[in-house]
Amino acid sequence: MFEKVWDDHVVVAETADTPAVLFIDLHLTHEVTTPQAYTELRSRGIKLRRPDLTLATMDHSTPTRTEQVFGGVPIAVDSAAKQVQQLEINARERSGELFNLQDSRRGIVHIIGPELGITQPGKTIVCGDSHTSTHGAFGALAFGIGTTEVGHVLATQCLLQRRPKTFAINVVNRLPRGVTAKDLILAIIGKIGVSGGTGYVLEYRGAAIEAMSMDERMTICNMSIEAGARAGMIAPDATTFEYLAATPRAPKGAEWDAAVARWSKLPTDPGATFDRSIDIDASTLVPMVTYGTHPGMVAPINGSVPLHGDAVFEKALKYMGLKAGELIVNVPVNNVFVGSCTNGRLSDLRNAARVLRGHKLADGVKMLVVPGSQSVKRAAEAEGLHQVFLDAGAEWRESGCSMCLGMNGDLVPTGHYSISTSNRNFEGRQGQGARTLLASPETAAASAIRGRVTDPREFSN
Amino acid sequence: MPAVKTIRSRTVALPATNVDTDQIIPARFLTSTSKAGFGKHLFADWRYDPAGNPKPDFVLNKPEAKGAAILVAGRNIGCGSSREHAPWALQDFGFQAVVSTEFADIFRTNCLKNGLLPVVVDDQTHAWLLANPGVEVSIDVESTTLTLPDGTQVKFPLEGFARYCLLNGVDELGFLLSQNPAIAAYEQRHR
Repeated sequence: MFEKVWDDHVVVAETADTPAVLFIDLHLTHEVTTPQAYTELRSRGIKLRRPDLTLATMDHSTPTRTEQVFGGVPIAVDSAAKQVQQLEINARERSGELFNLQDSRRGIVHIIGPELGITQPGKTIVCGDSHTSTHGAFGALAFGIGTTEVGHVLATQCLLQRRPKTFAINVVNRLPRGVTAKDLILAIIGKIGVSGGTGYVLEYRGAAIEAMSMDERMTICNMSIEAGARAGMIAPDATTFEYLAATPRAPKGAEWDAAVARWSKLPTDPGATFDRSIDIDASTLVPMVTYGTHPGMVAPINGSVPLHGDAVFEKALKYMGLKAGELIVNVPVNNVFVGSCTNGRLSDLRNAARVLRGHKLADGVKMLVVPGSQSVKRAAEAEGLHQVFLDAGAEWRESGCSMCLGMNGDLVPTGHYSISTSNRNFEGRQGQGARTLLASPETAAASAIRGRVTDPREFSN
Repeated sequence: MPAVKTIRSRTVALPATNVDTDQIIPARFLTSTSKAGFGKHLFADWRYDPAGNPKPDFVLNKPEAKGAAILVAGRNIGCGSSREHAPWALQDFGFQAVVSTEFADIFRTNCLKNGLLPVVVDDQTHAWLLANPGVEVSIDVESTTLTLPDGTQVKFPLEGFARYCLLNGVDELGFLLSQNPAIAAYEQRHR
């Protein structure tokens, strides 16, 4: 599958001396990683080559408090406000499409691409953001790039690339009830390590993957970068087509039929070989929670912090305030974050609400629920999910990246344990000294009720 | 981009593995709209205490780090976020090369695009450099070799195109712009 998409986008083939020139079908942009690229274009007098293939949104440094998004209350962080303004100026001047702060279509860049139906099988998709791998769930080749490369795409709609290797992740059998896509991807990263995917494009295959919804597949592909992979892909199928058929910008009518015929040819041919492959038995998995300071430091919820680890193990445990051999379910929880490009879609909010319904947050626990997009927010409110969160004592916010990386001032206090549905438990990721435990929305909600890490299957009714 | 031909400097060693770009430059410093000035925030949470005072035992705060242009880092340096602010911060601090056994993909690309040289060496050389911080080594881009103080030469991988761009101070945008006829033809075919 990867080779088919790659070959279809080669403008100039690679040689021993030069990388390939690869055409990019969709360039997603946001406020944090574009300003310096636009400055470069301006200084060279270069226009945006394909505004029709470029979409800008704001998500990282944007506020999530309604009064700041819609009520005219200024953004708390001065430089963040400036960055948001700069994106408006750049997008207007260079005439790409922009969803501004109040736009009803705005949201996290990796949530809105699929929602709009512009994320499609067989496309090359890039963004100055490592979680661009999310879009691979549709059988697109999607990867994160730096700001210099953002400039290359704005100016030429192309990138210089060396062809990566391929790595099959065969997920045999089905996930047991109560075990989620998030648990599976954490288990995969735990198995291959945080640099196990370096230089590769992963293809997730097998019965467990085929049985997944698009939301679940996006959770899987989203965290490919946490294994160091260039991208992650899943073959498009009837589930993919059904999802896209309901989106506003997918092809319509005869164009739709032609597109489905084209997309149906993308899956990897039987007998095709991969540069590397591993098998994972989904049926043996349980909910997973991280205990350390990278996503590979992960344990089953009914397990313990390992007794020994690599060179950074001691340092990580010291930062986390945990002991070797400590039970995972003994870890206290002060803060709960449900949201992000990993788990901020409607089904994620439904899953968290299902566990939380009729319960209150444990004493002293703070919980922030941040929908992945304004559209997710509206849909959740139409179902009354927001009321479940508010009744439990959680906060319900406007969409954005929020507490995943705390650029907008949504921060976890120093020393607090934060169970989070996001993607990175790096030191300081959610705030200086914050101690992040990555988990699924279900595990986050169950832990919010008990005030310590809790197996959500205890609430499975 | 300025040309990079040779780098001769003392090293600074940061042996931790899997150092992510959130450590190199924490997200709260990314709201700038320019490339300049990130050096003062390099490794901010490892370098300063919560009150903003330098932690004396952190390697970049030690007197011997002053003026060192080569960072020897643990395996899988630069994993995580794609932020190009990470190489900008390293360069603004004064680093011209990073030496490790493995680089995260996006970080390596971002380094090359800015003329911050990523040097991949074997485990043995790496272990020696980590065990002997502060030694003077030289790196030659033309011959893609790193020379240790005893004269031992270690080759490192660098593809021809990247090497050409570094040696000549050529940025890749110029090359891509020159591909315009091929790009236009591709667009025509895929209309």
